Amino acid sequence: MTSLSAFFEKIAQSKKNQIILFLTYVIVTGAGLFLLPDSTIAFLLLLFSILILYYLNLNLRAKWVTGIVILAVVVPFIASFSDSYQTYMEVGTLVGIYCAMALGLNIVVGFAGLLDLGFIAFFAVGAYTYAIFASDQASKFMPFGHYPLSGGTFWIFIFIAAIVAAIFGILLGVPVLRVRGDYLAIVTLGFGEIIRILLNNMDHPINITNGSMGIASITPPSFFGISIGSSNQFYYIAFAIFLLVIYVVRKLEYSKLGRAWKAVRDNEIAAQSMGIPLVKTKLAAFAIGASFSGMMGVVFAAKQMFVDATSFTYLESTMVLVMVILGGMGSVPGVILGAAVVIILRTQVLTNISNWLSAMSSNYGISIPPALSPEKMQLLIFGILLIVFALYRTQGLIPHKNRKVDVAKLKKESEQAALTRKKTASGGADS
Amino acid sequence: MNILEVKHLTKEFGGLTATSDINMTIKKNSITAVIGPNGAGKTTFFNMITAVYHPTSGDILLNGKSLVGLKPHQVSQFGITRTFQNIRLFENMTVLENVLVGMHQNLKSHWIGTLLQLPHIRKIEENARTTAYDILNYVGLENYVNENAGNLAYGAQRRLEIGRAIAAKPKVLLLDEPAAGMNPKETERLTNLIHDMRTKLDVTIILIEHDMNLVMKISDSIYVLDHGELIASGKPNEIRNNKKVIEAYLGKGAVSNG
Repeated sequence: MTSLSAFFEKIAQSKKNQIILFLTYVIVTGAGLFLLPDSTIAFLLLLFSILILYYLNLNLRAKWVTGIVILAVVVPFIASFSDSYQTYMEVGTLVGIYCAMALGLNIVVGFAGLLDLGFIAFFAVGAYTYAIFASDQASKFMPFGHYPLSGGTFWIFIFIAAIVAAIFGILLGVPVLRVRGDYLAIVTLGFGEIIRILLNNMDHPINITNGSMGIASITPPSFFGISIGSSNQFYYIAFAIFLLVIYVVRKLEYSKLGRAWKAVRDNEIAAQSMGIPLVKTKLAAFAIGASFSGMMGVVFAAKQMFVDATSFTYLESTMVLVMVILGGMGSVPGVILGAAVVIILRTQVLTNISNWLSAMSSNYGISIPPALSPEKMQLLIFGILLIVFALYRTQGLIPHKNRKVDVAKLKKESEQAALTRKKTASGGADS
Repeated sequence: MNILEVKHLTKEFGGLTATSDINMTIKKNSITAVIGPNGAGKTTFFNMITAVYHPTSGDILLNGKSLVGLKPHQVSQFGITRTFQNIRLFENMTVLENVLVGMHQNLKSHWIGTLLQLPHIRKIEENARTTAYDILNYVGLENYVNENAGNLAYGAQRRLEIGRAIAAKPKVLLLDEPAAGMNPKETERLTNLIHDMRTKLDVTIILIEHDMNLVMKISDSIYVLDHGELIASGKPNEIRNNKKVIEAYLGKGAVSNG
């Protein structure tokens, strides 16, 4: 036992060993996926390398480059030999979409401390913004213009949807921010349902959303004339937006605005008496969080080529919230992991277990009633997971840690600044 | 020169009058103490100055400008910051970040500039961190820079609150029971700090305090509240021998018996 822990300690101390072990892991799991192309486990093990990478004691930039290379090159390349290539990439796209959304909700819930139970509404707003104009739906109520718009406008719509969703975020915020805590949660829940029901009913008197029929045949995006239709292409779009979102969140977290959010979360009265405008700060959280959702809504609409209000139920809002709580409120890596875990559980693991169980029951005559298949018990499983986390790991999978500053450097800078002040002061006295 | 004037300040909560008709004039760069038994309306008075409560009637003037009707963050921007009786730190943020939040209103680093990585914004943030470190050094918390504020010892939390308040570069600093729960040694250190702040930071200090030793030692003038009314004001010596004050603290008859 002791020799084993000593062995790990030795590895942790040497960067070279870490790199070698990490590369070995990637190669082994990569080869595993290559040899067993249809094995979900091999695919998940390969993805697991990202989590290992996160815990390695390496230079931050090197980790980012490695992570991007693995996700953008290694995983798609190896998966492309598999028959389930499109399924894998579909899962990857969904993870990207939900990661960005969870990061958006994390700004609202984790940083600013405002519990939002209707977050999916902004995703719906983004999806419908693109769907209406990229199908002939817009021609039913727009007096001018020629619809559907071409696939090239997809890229512009990502930004338009971000802005539209942000406006909806502010619209929600203005009346809602008069209430706090539990009341806020209830009002946001109502807002989420209002948006969904509106979308479901806005087919008369003017047909804007086509009501419960949904909007079909949405133009697929095009990139310099190449039409984008398959999951492996959407994977890269989702991935790119996801990277953008991480960048924005990371930069904001330790900015003046990020500090204001956390201050409001920790103590509203103290934050105000330090000169932080409460309403403006909270609205900024709602708007920025919503804009991430809006962007991914566009990707979702384009990928599905069909939207209707059933994709944006209260259950989806809860799922995004589960990702944030499971991963760790306020913790960026935690929330990403949480989103990945929930999506992979939903789309891969539970389905696979269900299939395996039904195969068991037909092969060995063990009869499991279909109502008990894990796929159908999703909600129960997530509920139990949440209870377990609330009891034993309240901080989430990767708890939030405050960034530490280099005190020695700070001390040196402070001494230097004092010295220059002294110099200029004495210089002033001389002249 | 008077920096702060309070005129006929009254606050009623329903039928209960928390403070009634309080008048005060506070000289620039002075140390003023507001004392009185529990429930006298001292904290309500502070809450009105910092716009946490709005007065029922009366006026508060900072350098001749009325503060009534402003939002709390605007009062802070006008130059009044405070500490709290029941400590209100940002517990899940580091000690350094708490001070940085205090500097919020003086930092010109817009978030769009942060996203674009503009060099001058980076410079602003770097300088802010250095200044925040200086402030921590000043209040004696330089060894806890990266600690979560919630994990600090009680006395250190009090000092961090003061550090956070002076980070906003106030003209008037309100301290609500700064020595509550401190041992004699910590209180002495606090006394020195308050004296030092007045001269070094050119700030006017108003404090609520129950520790009479501290109050008598550092105040230029003292206001005594009882049941929401101003019953006495004057220099420490005058207050010490004021009949009404002794009565308020010890009850009627205490003077004649003593």
